[in-house]
Amino acid sequence: MRKVCVLGGGMTIFRRRLQETGKEMSYEATKMALEEAGLELKDVDSVVMGSAPDAFDGIHMKGENLLDGAGGAGKPYLRVFVGGGTAVFTPIAGWWHIASGMADVCLVVAEEKMSSVFPHPQSAFGHIWDPILDRPLKPNLVWIFAMEMNRYMTVHGIKKEDIARVAVKNKRNALDHPCAQLAANLTIDDVLNSEMMAWPVQRLDISPPSDGASAMILASEEVAKKLTDDLVYLDGAGWCIDSTMWTDRDLYFPEYVAGAAKMAYKMAKIENPRKEIDVAEPYDPFDYKELHHMEGLLLCDKGEAPILTREGVTERDGDLPVCPSGGLLGVGNPIAATMGIKACEIYWQLAGKAGKRQVPNDPQVGICQAWGDLMQYGSVLIMRRG
Amino acid sequence: MTKPENPKGVELSSKQMKEGDVIVNKWDPRVKYAWATGEAISRFLEEMKNGKLIARKCDSCKRILFPPRMFCEECFKPTTEWVYIKDTGKIETYSISYLDKDARRITDPIFVGVVSIDGASEKMGIMHYFDETTKEEISIGMPVKAVWKPPEEREGAITDIKYFRPLKEGEE
Ligand SMILES: [Zn+2]
Repeated sequence: MRKVCVLGGGMTIFRRRLQETGKEMSYEATKMALEEAGLELKDVDSVVMGSAPDAFDGIHMKGENLLDGAGGAGKPYLRVFVGGGTAVFTPIAGWWHIASGMADVCLVVAEEKMSSVFPHPQSAFGHIWDPILDRPLKPNLVWIFAMEMNRYMTVHGIKKEDIARVAVKNKRNALDHPCAQLAANLTIDDVLNSEMMAWPVQRLDISPPSDGASAMILASEEVAKKLTDDLVYLDGAGWCIDSTMWTDRDLYFPEYVAGAAKMAYKMAKIENPRKEIDVAEPYDPFDYKELHHMEGLLLCDKGEAPILTREGVTERDGDLPVCPSGGLLGVGNPIAATMGIKACEIYWQLAGKAGKRQVPNDPQVGICQAWGDLMQYGSVLIMRRG
Repeated sequence: MTKPENPKGVELSSKQMKEGDVIVNKWDPRVKYAWATGEAISRFLEEMKNGKLIARKCDSCKRILFPPRMFCEECFKPTTEWVYIKDTGKIETYSISYLDKDARRITDPIFVGVVSIDGASEKMGIMHYFDETTKEEISIGMPVKAVWKPPEEREGAITDIKYFRPLKEGEE
């Protein structure tokens, strides 16, 4: 297997609704990533596009619709989709293009335009449930989170205020992100007093639907060495999905995230993730998910993540900075395009390019993770400074 | 330098969309679907009409699988036997929702969650509604029982059970 490096990243602003089409957003993000890498489209051997349900755009064959903006015309091109897990799975698909020797430079683009669907993106989410067992109950996707959050809180005896702390931290971190949609200085009480959506989930526990695109340039070590001395390697990749029968598993712990993490740690030869990981970007569409995923990533014991958060360990200047980007909670949640605040962020942090968001612990190893489908999918990517 | 530098994008408001300040192209897809319910779920739905819940047993791992399936996804072997299970169970988790399926606010909240069914293997259950309880009373681990629609109103659907209610003292 060949070694793979990251050469650049890019992203649009994240907003509830952008004027640009998905194609135009993809173009803007791609141009940015190419510029940072110091490459042009002609240098790209293959293109991987990631985008979540077609139902948002109302355009089937969405991969084809987006391809011109993603620089895919006339090249080996494919679109990948694993629900919310797409944000980190898309660069994984790019990684294997290069690791396998099929390409020297791979352009990875992720796009989501959630604003096209009416009355609300939730109306499109309705189409992901099992048509016979679930849909007759007229479910809302927030129910997934509410049911999982309640189980997680009950099993470990976690208080809501210890979960609200995550929303406060991430929205504050997002004040330093130029793309942020919902950056804010809030208090725990603001979160606890916000509108009740589906108990225990309140409005400020949730990340907003967004439009946006992001892009990354991946290259073989040989190509990367010609362009830069500051190498950042994709060091480990893992992905894992649990059974479709989501009502048959205990929702308090994401076994599938642990499965993906173990696969990635093995590849990256990481034996003690708690000690060896310097910065983490777990998927945080809801505040409790950051905690749930820290535990799934084996960065702490089951039920320990809220305690670490309370002790300040996960602050940007803590021992283990978590979501220094501001995360989905603060920057926004254009599903696949959150690659920009997960994979791109870990690259920028390790390359020392995160500026105001830079974690001060001189990070050598970082991890990012995304999550999706019916509480069953995890994708994990580990990066290391060369 | 803070990456990303000068990110692009032009924000639009819903007001601009509604008032025609920007050109919008609309499309209203009109398609309908009729899903075959398959071997296992067809029988499951037939039994719902009779007011019964049915599962499938895997001879290999001995699990009683519910909702039923014709193969065990772990052993990857055919399941071998239909097993009637009870219409009582335990609340595994729940939510009290003030949102309908299109994220519209509702004042009368929906009690919804996962109920594991007695007689099936541990944790095996379905999503359903809860009622005849309150925000204060409902809890994880609470024993519950199905409340069925009258036989003449059942149509072979998950909604043939109206909801699950708390199990009464001494009741089975
Ligand atoms: Zn089996």
